[in-house]
Amino acid sequence: MFRIFRKKDKSSGELQDVQLRPVEQSGVDPLEKRLEDSRNTIGKRLKTLVGGHSDINEDLLDELETTLLTADVGVKASLAIMDNLRTAIDNGVIRDPQALLPAVQAELYELIEPCEQFLAVEPGHKPYVILMVGINGAGKTTTIGKLAQRFREEGLSVMLAAGDTFRAAAVEQLKSWGARNDVPVIAQGTGADSAAVIFDAIESAKARGTDVLIADTAGRLHTQSNLMDELKKIHRVMGRVDESAPHEVMLVVDAGTGTNALNQARHFNEAVNITGITITKLDGTARGGMLFAIASELGIPIRFIGVGEAAKDLRPFDAGTFINAILPLD
Amino acid sequence: MFESLSQRLTQTMQKLRGKGRLTEDSIRETLREVRIALLEADVALPVVQSFISQVRERALGQEVISSLQPGQALVKIVHDELVQIMGEENKVLDLKANPPVVVLLAGLQGSGKTTTTAKLAKHLKEQAKQKVMVVSCDVYRPAAIDQLKTLAEQVDVLFHPSSVADQPVTIAKQALDAARRQFADVLLVDTAGRLHIDADMMDEIRQLHTAVSPHETLFVVDSMTGQDAANTAQAFNEALPLTGVILTKTDGDARGGAALSVRQITGKPIKFVGTGEKTEALQPFHPERVASRILGMGDVLSLVEDVQKHVDKSKAEKLARKIKKGRGFDLEDFRSQLEQMQNMGGLSSLADKMPGMGELPEHVKNRVNDRQTVSMIAIINSMTPQERRFPDVIRGSRKKRIAAGSGTQIQDINRMLKQFSQMQRMMKKFGKGGMKGMMRKMASLKGQMPGGFS
Ligand SMILES: Nc1nc2c(ncn2[C@@H]2O[C@H](COP(=O)(O)OP(=O)(O)OP(=O)(O)O)[C@@H](O)[C@H]2O)c(=O)[nH]1
Ligand SMILES: Nc1nc2c(ncn2[C@@H]2O[C@H](COP(=O)(O)OP(=O)(O)OP(=O)(O)O)[C@@H](O)[C@H]2O)c(=O)[nH]1
Ligand SMILES: [Mg+2]
Ligand SMILES: [Mg+2]
Repeated sequence: MFRIFRKKDKSSGELQDVQLRPVEQSGVDPLEKRLEDSRNTIGKRLKTLVGGHSDINEDLLDELETTLLTADVGVKASLAIMDNLRTAIDNGVIRDPQALLPAVQAELYELIEPCEQFLAVEPGHKPYVILMVGINGAGKTTTIGKLAQRFREEGLSVMLAAGDTFRAAAVEQLKSWGARNDVPVIAQGTGADSAAVIFDAIESAKARGTDVLIADTAGRLHTQSNLMDELKKIHRVMGRVDESAPHEVMLVVDAGTGTNALNQARHFNEAVNITGITITKLDGTARGGMLFAIASELGIPIRFIGVGEAAKDLRPFDAGTFINAILPLD
Repeated sequence: MFESLSQRLTQTMQKLRGKGRLTEDSIRETLREVRIALLEADVALPVVQSFISQVRERALGQEVISSLQPGQALVKIVHDELVQIMGEENKVLDLKANPPVVVLLAGLQGSGKTTTTAKLAKHLKEQAKQKVMVVSCDVYRPAAIDQLKTLAEQVDVLFHPSSVADQPVTIAKQALDAARRQFADVLLVDTAGRLHIDADMMDEIRQLHTAVSPHETLFVVDSMTGQDAANTAQAFNEALPLTGVILTKTDGDARGGAALSVRQITGKPIKFVGTGEKTEALQPFHPERVASRILGMGDVLSLVEDVQKHVDKSKAEKLARKIKKGRGFDLEDFRSQLEQMQNMGGLSSLADKMPGMGELPEHVKNRVNDRQTVSMIAIINSMTPQERRFPDVIRGSRKKRIAAGSGTQIQDINRMLKQFSQMQRMMKKFGKGGMKGMMRKMASLKGQMPGGFS
């Protein structure tokens, strides 16, 4: 019944691979750099305040609140944590300033640890289908490139579906990533029906016995109801090839996003039932604290963090590391 | 954008209105709420802090304490400070230089630089009739050059081809040469996304800047950015002599605090906002409208809503029809207007909601008191239908009768009749549009009290 979707593959021009960024050559691990950065700035400031006093003073509490707020933890969560702290101090549960930071870390940990759930490709599905969604420029396509490399290294065969048929050169961008990782990319031209491209890709992956199929989609703001409807349609159509597909619906969120990230998660979740989150661009100074609000309201598993633009810059989400970059202890 | 910040602040400010006395406590409480509202709208903490301390200093000073309407005075301070941050008026792109005028776009990864380059190209080509060339210096992101090429074709401007094998600085210089040779008026230079803490890449953008000496250097920033806006804006502003900011993806439901942060931290005007993915989705940014929307105009909106809620629509429409037909505005109409004003909480609450009217001299405002409305209605009630329709017949003896009937003095009747005739004149002037149109016009008069109220 999907014959009408079938179009001939439009072959496109040759792909040029790009230059490596200067920073790649220095061999610095971005995640390590980020953690050290936090220790050097936030960590030092807090340590001076903790070390300089034998009792808990307002300055220290203020600095803690600032640390949470500037990490995008959000007003609600930050103030709740500070309230809990103050109660604990008033009750004499916390007396020593040294005990303050671990207490806050523990609070943060409790919020987000339940979401630390690695993505496991279930071998029962062939292909295991991953649908990537998110707002414009969040990092979907790049994350696909990183995931492809990761799965390849695990010995899995991978195929990509160029479901972004809207943005200029989105198909070429994905094809580049495919070429780098030596994995096939199923694509039609710009303007083709996204659901049809992805449908074809799943069938093709099935026929070839591919382990993992990752489908790209065009960036869309969660407020655009027609585009969210299109996404629902994509989701539905995927289920027609394999009723259990997609097996993972991954929301990609930019760490620089503020309170809007929660709205994004809510709306995308409502539309296509998000099963995992990847947070990108954590190699900058953004801390990604809005994940706490998302975790406590929606409880969606957090799969990966993006720490750069190269294929290797993807790490499994680790609650401890994540929190340490927001509020360093040592 | 800005709606929810506007709502929060309006709510907070509403509580202050009409308060006769402000204590240090109530000021502190208000400022606490303002702080939370700003933070929840993603304004960066350092910007919030300096904003609050600025307002606090002025609020605890003479300005508020000595004011007869301290609540109002505090609202005004918050508004002033917002305008102070946002700037006064729209700043357009400055193209007054020898062609080709170079415009450089820089920003973080995925902020919207390439799309905005195409939008600007279209804008300059169509609005300013410029011959535009674009070039991509992004040799890193896969298909970045392709993306700009496709977009350039879409908006039909010159595209200077570049290759990922070249150095960005070389590409930019060659493009500038090409722009000269082809007599382009403007050269737009798209660059790779970069992190502000990436020293090598920040070096590169400085070199690019030196190589082509752009007349405009624009920082492209995502309107959904949270607290990190403070760090990035600061770093880009220090690395480059920015001339402006473009705020993208404002078509979503971002609360827009990044606009305030970036504007405050860089001191550079936001020149355009991106309002969609298509190449025509670019609009000039009007800061004064935003500041008003965040505070004052939020009130006008709520006023219009009040009017819509409380005004008897059929009566208002009947009146509008009557006036449009050129028939006279009589005392019946005046009475029904007074009654509707009363329904909306009286004239003083109405005046309070109008931007500018809050700042009227106290003696003017005192004349707009609600007791008067009640007595005016009583006066009209004591008239015969004929007197209401033809007020000119109301002379000496009739006045005495009406005064006795309504429990007022002759002077009250004279004053009412004077206000009525002023209102009559005003209604003639406002003619079409009914109550809503009238309110809009009143708002645009800004501070000028329409005659009928004095
Ligand atoms: N520094 C850094 N940059 C990243 C990361 N992930 C993605 N990017 C960059 O962010 C920009 C946008 O990434 P894309 O993968 O094109 O984003 P997208 O969500 O596919 O964008 P659209 O398809 O246009 O909606 C590119 O310049 C990427 O190189 C990351 O973890 N760190
Ligand atoms: N909804 C919406 N999307 C936008 C707007 N501006 C840009 N975009 C989208 O945001 C995504 C990223 O835009 P790009 O122009 O590729 O961003 P960039 O800054 O050039 O990205 P890099 O070169 O990878 O750093 C694309 O999907 C654009 O279509 C806007 O104003 N509204
Ligand atoms: Mg993409
Ligand atoms: Mg770009």
